[in-house]
Amino acid sequence: MATLLEAKGVSKKFGGLTAVDTLDYSVEANAINSIIGPNGAGKTTFFNIVTGYYKPTTGTVQFDGHDIAGLAPHRLTRYGIGRTFQTIRLFGHLSALENVLIGMHHWLRSPWWSDLLKLRSTLREEAEAIRHGEELLAYVGLKGFEDVESRNLPYGLQRRLEIARALATRPKLLLLDEPTAGMNPNETKDMTAFIRRLRDERGLTILLIEHDMHVVMTISDKVTVLDYGRKISEGKPSDVQQDTRVIEAYLGSRALKMIKN
Amino acid sequence: MDPQLEAFLRQVLVGLSIGCYLALIALGYTMVYGIVELINFAHGDLFTFGFFISLTIWGLFDVPTPLEGAWILALPAIAIVVILLSGGLNVVIERVAYRPLRGASKLAPLITAVGMSFMLEAIFAYIWGANQINYPRFIPTTNFLNDFSRIIRFTPRDILLFGVTIPAMIGLTLFIDRTRLGKAMRAAAQDREAAAMMGINVNRIIAITFFIGGGLAGVAGMVYGLYTGSGRFIMGFEFGLFAFTAAVLGGIGNIRGAVLGAFIIGMVQAMSDLYIGGEWSRVIIFSLLILMLVFRPSGILGSTTSVEKV
Repeated sequence: MATLLEAKGVSKKFGGLTAVDTLDYSVEANAINSIIGPNGAGKTTFFNIVTGYYKPTTGTVQFDGHDIAGLAPHRLTRYGIGRTFQTIRLFGHLSALENVLIGMHHWLRSPWWSDLLKLRSTLREEAEAIRHGEELLAYVGLKGFEDVESRNLPYGLQRRLEIARALATRPKLLLLDEPTAGMNPNETKDMTAFIRRLRDERGLTILLIEHDMHVVMTISDKVTVLDYGRKISEGKPSDVQQDTRVIEAYLGSRALKMIKN
Repeated sequence: MDPQLEAFLRQVLVGLSIGCYLALIALGYTMVYGIVELINFAHGDLFTFGFFISLTIWGLFDVPTPLEGAWILALPAIAIVVILLSGGLNVVIERVAYRPLRGASKLAPLITAVGMSFMLEAIFAYIWGANQINYPRFIPTTNFLNDFSRIIRFTPRDILLFGVTIPAMIGLTLFIDRTRLGKAMRAAAQDREAAAMMGINVNRIIAITFFIGGGLAGVAGMVYGLYTGSGRFIMGFEFGLFAFTAAVLGGIGNIRGAVLGAFIIGMVQAMSDLYIGGEWSRVIIFSLLILMLVFRPSGILGSTTSVEKV
């Protein structure tokens, strides 16, 4: 399988703190990968490097044949990297449909003077964009909520809207930062099935940060464990689960001894 | 006509005309605040810049006073040049003075803006002089209402003022509501990082915002010169404060609010000039600002960004 994303020797230092430490990491096309680890392990920092918010202190990142380390976020979006955020960051004052339309901003073409004059080319493009937007909303389960201001949507639907908005940017790689955070078991189950559908039906490659171990172990092709910015374990879910270093990182070395005894 | 009523109607027109300038300045204030959450204290000086630079451009030609014949076409042409120059200056200011501080605490760009304002004023005084400067009276002041009343005045200058400012306000509103670029601006105003993740070049959007804001303030300065016939290097400071008050009154970050606030301030000033006395107008306007900040900090129409203490 082709490698879509490849990070080599990536480090990110904030003053004296090394948040990500010489990390090698790759994502195969069409896979679902998860990154797990205790709080402060460097997961979100790594996401922020991949999406262009941080320039890595050292190391290279290749995405789909492009060298992307240090490029601005809007350029990475144009290359095909989409993301959702750990805390929901929708445009709260805009409707669900408008949120999705903003996701299409970078590949729509009509210039502002044509928008103002409502030229035929603009109207055609706009109608096409709205149709596509409604389709995306229906796909994530928001049919009928098109005109609702996004801040007024229930929490679970806001999470889905964030995904629809990311899909509107036409990503190849979708980064989901704790997509099931704050969800009840039923919602979590739906979200897990939905993430799998994104891969199977839309051919997306997915990279997750997730704390819910059940979700991680159910859907991941590859699980990577970070601790203090370093990769301490990587492999199939079942392998990682057995890895004593992982248990130690999560529960501490004394807990590990107790388990062994 | 009853002289009381006549005086009142005259002040209504005065209030509307003050509201027009203030609105053009307040729009830039509020747009910039909406996107970068910076109270750009140097914004009023773009107004002064528009006044002076248009004066210099007029000076390059041998223009008849008042304007006649084809020279009337010079008005829109020079207005466009002034918009480009003041907008461009504002973009440069953002690039060198504010952008490097974007990650810093909010106080840093605020202090920088105050410093930038002093710098601009000193430069204006150096180039154009520190005295009151007269602006050629290109537009005649014949009163169209002469047969009806000698007190209520509506002149070609008023036509110029309303003819420039009202289409500019409508155009800006349409631009922000209807265009893809306007939508990107609204998105960036709500969440810059999320907007960047949508493929929106946020630096470019911020530059466009400063350009539009600077251009509107600059053209307001030119119209002010044509309307009142004089100005001074320091005048942007006070107009800026009034415009800021207007923006807060309407709800900072809110485009329609800025226009509404500007007309309210214009009216309050005109009415207090008539009924209370001109020396009290500032006291009343800034008291209004304080009351608003205390009792309704999000403004009349509501702030689009979350309200933060400055």
